[in-house]
Amino acid sequence: MLPHYWPTLVTGDPLIYGADASIGLVSIAIVFVLTYYKKWGWLWREWLTTVDHKKIGILYLIAALLMLFRGGVDALLMRTQLSRPNLHFLAADHYDQIFTTHGTIMILFVAMPLIFAMFNIVVPLQIGARDVAYPYLNAISFWMFFFGALLLNISFVIGGSPDAGWVSYAPLTENQFDHGPGENFYIMALQITGIGSMATGINFIITILRMRAPGMTLMRMPLFTWSALAASIVVIYAFPALTVALGLLLIDRVAGAHFFSMDHGGNPMMYANLFWIWGHPEVYIVILPAFGVLNEVFPAFSGKRIFGYSTMVASFMAITILSFLLWAHHFFTMGAGPGVNAFFALASMAIGIPTGVKVFNWMFTMYRGRVRMPMPMRWAVGFIPNFVVGGATGVMLATAPGDYQYHNSYFLIAHFHQVLIGGTIYGMFAGMYFWWPKMFGFLLEERIGRLAFWLWNVGFYVTFFPQYLLGLMGMTRRIYTYPAGMGWSSLNLLSTVGAVIMGLGFLFIVWNILYSVMHRSELRDVTGDPWNARSLEWSLPSPAPHYNFAVIPTITRRDEWWEIKKYGRTEDYRPQPGEIQDIHMPNNSGRPFLFSVAFFVVGLGFVFEWYAVVILGFAGVLAIMLHRSQEVDDGHQIPADEIRHEEIALGRL
Amino acid sequence: MAVTKEDAWGVQARSQTTGSTHDENELRVAGFWVFLATDMILFACLFATYIVLRGNTDGGPGPRQLFDVTGFTEETFILLTSSFTCGLATHVMHEGRRRALVLWLSVTALLGLLFVGLEVSEFVRDVSVSATISRSGFLSGFFTLVGTHGCHVSLGILWMGSILFQVMRQGITPAIARKLTIVGLYWHFLDVVWVFLFTVVYLMGVM
Amino acid sequence: MSSHAATHGGHQESGNGHGGGFTPVERRFPWLHVVGYVLSLLLTVLAFLAVLHHWLSGNPLVTVIMVLAVLQIVVQLFFFMHFTEGHGPKYHILALGFALFFTVAFVGGSIWIMSFGDTQAY
Ligand code: HEM
Ligand SMILES: [Cu+2]
Repeated sequence: MLPHYWPTLVTGDPLIYGADASIGLVSIAIVFVLTYYKKWGWLWREWLTTVDHKKIGILYLIAALLMLFRGGVDALLMRTQLSRPNLHFLAADHYDQIFTTHGTIMILFVAMPLIFAMFNIVVPLQIGARDVAYPYLNAISFWMFFFGALLLNISFVIGGSPDAGWVSYAPLTENQFDHGPGENFYIMALQITGIGSMATGINFIITILRMRAPGMTLMRMPLFTWSALAASIVVIYAFPALTVALGLLLIDRVAGAHFFSMDHGGNPMMYANLFWIWGHPEVYIVILPAFGVLNEVFPAFSGKRIFGYSTMVASFMAITILSFLLWAHHFFTMGAGPGVNAFFALASMAIGIPTGVKVFNWMFTMYRGRVRMPMPMRWAVGFIPNFVVGGATGVMLATAPGDYQYHNSYFLIAHFHQVLIGGTIYGMFAGMYFWWPKMFGFLLEERIGRLAFWLWNVGFYVTFFPQYLLGLMGMTRRIYTYPAGMGWSSLNLLSTVGAVIMGLGFLFIVWNILYSVMHRSELRDVTGDPWNARSLEWSLPSPAPHYNFAVIPTITRRDEWWEIKKYGRTEDYRPQPGEIQDIHMPNNSGRPFLFSVAFFVVGLGFVFEWYAVVILGFAGVLAIMLHRSQEVDDGHQIPADEIRHEEIALGRL
Repeated sequence: MAVTKEDAWGVQARSQTTGSTHDENELRVAGFWVFLATDMILFACLFATYIVLRGNTDGGPGPRQLFDVTGFTEETFILLTSSFTCGLATHVMHEGRRRALVLWLSVTALLGLLFVGLEVSEFVRDVSVSATISRSGFLSGFFTLVGTHGCHVSLGILWMGSILFQVMRQGITPAIARKLTIVGLYWHFLDVVWVFLFTVVYLMGVM
Repeated sequence: MSSHAATHGGHQESGNGHGGGFTPVERRFPWLHVVGYVLSLLLTVLAFLAVLHHWLSGNPLVTVIMVLAVLQIVVQLFFFMHFTEGHGPKYHILALGFALFFTVAFVGGSIWIMSFGDTQAY
């Protein structure tokens, strides 16, 4: 039986056939390489079934970089289309699809996995734990994210991409206006990753609250861990709103309900309301961990402890709570009235205070420090001016009457790219360069890295500063072309040039990584502490052994590792042979992967409204859950002898 | 040194002089509380939507025409009672009484089934007078809010079934005690949600 | 290094021996549950009568039945869910406290925001 969407599957569009063909070829190539080198078993054993937080973190990082590439290509396509007036490089409907997938991918499938990558790689090592609280659930989270991303990405080649913006506002997304599987792809992809994100939130809250090494009180915790806690709290209270917004939209679309329709008593603005109950906290979810990274990087490279640890903690918590009370600033122009708009404007401005506190604390941390400028620090320092401008334009937008002018103009576009790229991405790159040796045992090469940074940084300003001006000149977002004579042409061209420079910057980062992989023997980190840093993860060899700590340390103060080094006690800090005992570790499992595949099937079923497939998928989900519940899984013990051998091999005993 | 004691959650716990100790079972109960917090937000958003759309009946049937006082009262008492029997199940589980546990757990699941059955028949009755989900904003909100709760209850019944099966096969082990504790929390939580459905949807609908 | 936690979890003591390791408590009458049940029935009946017999109307009635519903939460939490019991840090109280706060914020905020214009502004 052919789906009633069949015509949209065979579009006759050369762009889509081209994508079909190239995806097909790449898949065949991957299958061939894996088969030829007999790597299937390795892939399954080492990666697809792993529950090790360090490996899951690496998986997130790889996926995020791949998605950054896809989102970046989208961006370049859009900038090409807008470079001159009246261009017909992309048709209007393609342009719509591309800005939609661009935004969705960048927030959900780049920013989110980047922060989860950092959580996974760093948090257990920083708090002296052997893994997260629920390693099995952690694997489920990753694979749910992965298959959600896959679902969104295949939309382009089978059935058509979503095309109503990353916010997917109703009533435009109601069935009568946007028929076809595109929006369903968006909804199901986000629902599936959303489940994974919520699980990650729960996992890290419990990990941080319950798995800390003895002596590590909350106020001795490294600040990155604090940021992970704050972001996880925001995740768990914000994501359910997205689940509901998308769920109700799906019900409208497939069951003809009237939540957000124009007729029969629906209320389209309720969608915007629910979406932003999630959406605003979401932007803080992705910025808080970037703050956290900076809180580690600035002290490490200034040779000083962080300025104002407790104010940092307080500001994290203040932002956590305040971020939930601002959502209506995204739809001031709905016209909810002066009371509502005034409240949300003031609350939005208030969040600038704890944020500003952080900026000052970072600067005071550098002040009179012995500042070094390797790659992580470069990205961190680059962050500051970016974020200050982004925050200032945020406050401008939060001025409700002003927003009637700025709303949905390029000014807004420039604002959120400033905070998302200049904030989140810079912060995550700082983290990536900082913890790369801890992940892989070698550093990223500096020279190429510096080039990448400068290309990226220059490109960034050249791309987005013209956009502020364009916004003030009246250019609205989401237009696929514009007439000549508006005075927008040269600024648009400039912006496109900047985008190309940023694109080059991305390629240099990729080159940086590939080059460093090839020269890894020269770049090897033998000390485990290449930056002379402060927190516990640097007391371990790079990369950390799979059990992390042979003996869990007891913490006596903040910046424990730094103090230990200061008093020259690093030798005593190593495990003593007699102290080593059997270590209990969780077992690998293929179920998280299969579970997520089953959800992927559910997603596909909903996308094309094939209910038999939905039922099949849910049956799979249920079967896997029942199978899991009947299993008695206590993990396994690594015998003390084996650990002693491993520690000797690492030169630590 | 490690001391083993049992806490009120029926979970074997270990307290040690050196901090950083966590019992796997106890850890999962803690995580489940956090999950309940997320589920609470989910229902909060559904309630918000229902309340916003409540007056939008588009000339179709409203709460007064649809809600059947005896029907929802029965549902309420059934669910309250099942919450009680579920509590009894955990109580006898702590005492290690396997047969009583099987009994109370089965009673709970059966009461749950009865509840779901009544709800389904209510929905069928509504639909038979053309009060369908696509009739009006009010009805979309109503079916979705009440139906989401019903789906949760149904899932809880399946879950209890699976645990019953395990109790009969393995007896009461620490792992099963943990699972029962968790399903119990889930069930009581659904009872709380129902109390709000009862109040906000039904009582306020007919007042 | 002065001390350490040797295992990933507490498995050695309690996890490994499935079937073993469970120590039943002494048998006692489930007073707490019975009292909780009676209270929950009472609260429901009160709300029910208040509405059906029109003891009050309008906002006061809404307030009263909402208060009764909140009391039901208290009953479920303390009599059935043993909310404050258990050893270890009581982070779950914080988690639910936050959830309650955000529930009020989201529901109240949505009603406030969406009350612009008429109920049907389009
Ligand atoms: C000082 C703090 C901030 C304030 C006061 C602020 C304020 C605002 C306001 C009022 C809007 C809506 C403007 C409109 O639609 O007309 C907005 C949009 C946005 N902001 Fe911010 N913001 C701040 C920080 C951030 C941060 C840290 C991020 C992310 C990392 C962020 C990401 C976004 C995004 C993605 C949008 C646009 C969403 C869309 O319409 O597609 N903002 N901001
Ligand atoms: Cu916002």
